[in-house]
Amino acid sequence: MGVGAGLLAACASGSGATGAHAPSALQGQKGASTGDDPVGVLDRLSWGVTTSAYRLVRTQGVSHWVTDQLQPDEQAALPPSVQEQIAAMTIERTALPELIYALEAQRKSADEIADDAAKKAAQHDYQLELNRLAREAATRELLRDLYSPKQLQEQMTWFWMNHFNVYQHKHMVRAMLGDYERELRAHALGTFRELLAASARHPAMLMYLDNAQNALGHINENYARELLELHTLGVDGGYTQRDVQELARVLTGFGINKNDPTRTEPPRLRHALASQYVRNGLFEFNPNRHDYGDKVVLGQTIRGRGPVELDEVLDLLSRHPATARNVSRKLARFLVADEPPAHLVAAMQQEFLRTDGNIPATLRVAFESPEFAASLHQKFKDPMHFVVSAVRLAYDGKPVMNANPMINWLNRLGEAPFNHQTPDGYSLAESAWDGPGQMAVRFEIAKAIGYGSAGLFKSEGPNPSEKPAFPQLANAVYYENTQQGLAAATRQAMDQAASPQEWNLLLLSSPEFMLR
Amino acid sequence: MNRRQVICSLATLPWASVRMQAFAAPASGCKFLLVFLRGGLDTASVVVPVGSEFYYRVRPNIAIPAPGSQSDAALPLDGYWGLHPALRDSLLPLYEQKQMAFVVFTGTDDVSRSHFETQDSIELGQGLGTSRDFGSGFLNRLASVVGGVNPIAFTEQLPLCMRGEHHIGNIALQSVSRPAIDAHQRDLIASMYAPTRFSVPVGEGFAVREEIMRDLADEMDTSGRGAVSSKGFERDAQRMGKLMSESFDLGFIDVGGWDTHVGQGAAKGYLATRLEELGRGLAAFAAAMGPRWRDTTVVVMSEFGRTMRENGNRGTDHGHGTTYFVIGGAVRGGRVAGEQQQITEAGLFQKRDLPVLNEYRALLGGLFGRLYGLRPEQLERVFPGAPARDLQLL
Repeated sequence: MGVGAGLLAACASGSGATGAHAPSALQGQKGASTGDDPVGVLDRLSWGVTTSAYRLVRTQGVSHWVTDQLQPDEQAALPPSVQEQIAAMTIERTALPELIYALEAQRKSADEIADDAAKKAAQHDYQLELNRLAREAATRELLRDLYSPKQLQEQMTWFWMNHFNVYQHKHMVRAMLGDYERELRAHALGTFRELLAASARHPAMLMYLDNAQNALGHINENYARELLELHTLGVDGGYTQRDVQELARVLTGFGINKNDPTRTEPPRLRHALASQYVRNGLFEFNPNRHDYGDKVVLGQTIRGRGPVELDEVLDLLSRHPATARNVSRKLARFLVADEPPAHLVAAMQQEFLRTDGNIPATLRVAFESPEFAASLHQKFKDPMHFVVSAVRLAYDGKPVMNANPMINWLNRLGEAPFNHQTPDGYSLAESAWDGPGQMAVRFEIAKAIGYGSAGLFKSEGPNPSEKPAFPQLANAVYYENTQQGLAAATRQAMDQAASPQEWNLLLLSSPEFMLR
Repeated sequence: MNRRQVICSLATLPWASVRMQAFAAPASGCKFLLVFLRGGLDTASVVVPVGSEFYYRVRPNIAIPAPGSQSDAALPLDGYWGLHPALRDSLLPLYEQKQMAFVVFTGTDDVSRSHFETQDSIELGQGLGTSRDFGSGFLNRLASVVGGVNPIAFTEQLPLCMRGEHHIGNIALQSVSRPAIDAHQRDLIASMYAPTRFSVPVGEGFAVREEIMRDLADEMDTSGRGAVSSKGFERDAQRMGKLMSESFDLGFIDVGGWDTHVGQGAAKGYLATRLEELGRGLAAFAAAMGPRWRDTTVVVMSEFGRTMRENGNRGTDHGHGTTYFVIGGAVRGGRVAGEQQQITEAGLFQKRDLPVLNEYRALLGGLFGRLYGLRPEQLERVFPGAPARDLQLL
């Protein structure tokens, strides 16, 4: 939130490069800089400013903090009570293959029940377990977004989960979300090639985009198409329908095996190819299902020779200039502006190609650009940023006990975790989120948080109890920074608040709070 | 032709006029509601092929008895088809008043038999095997092409079919309650937004909520006095009718719970209960529309039908061809419409399902063409590559 004159202009006009002006550590070239705007940088690169983060950035300096965020300390820990909540989760305690073997056993035993009513009840229980696992993954994600010191990593994890989107309600994807997110987080600030490979081999993606069904003689092009159109080259990336078909042939045989290998026989294979069989957790390469003919993808011949073909096409796609442009443009949309300047995207694309898809290096080009500094406080928050930043600001240092209200708000606002059904992911554009219904719901959420009645400190279970927790919004960030940036109309409205609760409502409902 | 012009006389007016009209007095623009039954409705249990010997042979436990055979038998529609008895008091009267038609052997060319894939491709309505634009659903394109309509989704999330460039809002009817923001707070919030680029959506957001509260004020008052209020889909449908008769003219709602793999029942049982609720809701919607019912058309659809043979669990599995319901004050109903054939073993699609003889985009295109008086090039924008086929349902 606010750093002065920039806000008013931004709110009033919806465009224009205003913001802080002194030259600074993050070498802005033409006056605009980030060094004297810790709140602006925090609102953009973290899930929202808090008093403690604000003090940290003030102490360290913006440049130092940004460098730390780009190379996060693996040891940096969550608050103990949050770590405890997460450590108790099934998705933390059970590895994905074992989780799926157990669920498959549960599903099969339900299917074998003869009595209709008993069978329906058992199948219902199975669905409830899948729901529970998805909710654990959503809760874990929100707790990390709220309290992880590695804020940029958490933002980038959300970004990549959205880029390599899967939809929770397809088949068993609900049980796989926790593991999928863990995998993508591990590479969120790594290289694009690693990320791409992690998603390509993950059972959640193989299931969601049907590559698990893609086999010689039963071609399913779904994953091949989205891999080109959404994950790598982009819709204007210069590939043809022929490339989609050829890529689908390359991808035949890469799938999932949900059977416990210690309890079931491996598939019977044609003898000559048996040595090429791969089983790694649930991931399977089955030579019987693979098309061993040669293929031509984007003009390059892929010799039909088994599992290494996947690596060959992932190299090809991840190093393609169209991929560098498509990914850079999307990163700039997320972190700079809905319509990022072409020369900034070009500079990021160049760095992406030069560093073989190094994500922090590509991001650094954006962060050090004058356009970035000039864009602070002007990007409209999507629902995730609105909800998480409100709770972060209200409850810094007092971890919430129950993330369910947040999940419910995100549902009402249309951006619930893992809930986008099509592979394109949630929109990053302001126009997707600033409609009349959206704004009305945001004010109601602002009221629930502002009045301390949101249920974030209510325990679950048969005897729920709620700890009173009044939000701490009139805090150091507000008095030292935000206040000076508020528009006259906002200040006048807040001066008329009839109670501290109403003051909170107005702050969280203000136009300034909708921007990051 | 005349009939169509009467139905849609206001459809070409600008949006604001229609809204103003809605506030002032009943407008005479046409109204369209799409009801999407998610999960794959077993339409052979709704519009029952009572003339098919094959149907009775392959459904020993879950067939609906032929009309006249027993007290809870199918209700005769014509010589070949019968209606599920759970719809006797709700939909049969509409059918008898010739305000309801069934289009059998309908559906999509998508043969994935996956709920998600089929629902998505239907809602996008862009055709298969091409690059798809996930940000453009067919009802959104319809709203753009028709112009001057005030659309809304009665769902928690904006459905895929309403995503796109035309701005469409949504409101979940289950969660309608008095707004948490009071008038004093509303005014303060509005004043903060006055100098910003968000002042219009913020103002509209408050206005729509107040409009909804006003429309539903009677209901809230009566339920406040302890009157028995209806529940579930019937209550939602009443609210929808109230809102659509007053303020909105292009609506969408979805209803789940149709994926009947196990123990679906026959004349009674799980599916019968769901159908009864659905029928009561549709009838309640028609009643709540009041005099505007004569301008209203409702299409009820599901992503696919189910296997013709019952499975080992007295249920049915994902199939292909399905039946659409077309209901409305101006519908040329009282008939089972569309391309048809006898249901026999040899006539099944891939030896298991009802075939699709009436492609849904051509069918809906034909319906929209009549409803809104759209030209072929306009319909091409709604359903690219699928020339409309007019089944004269209006």
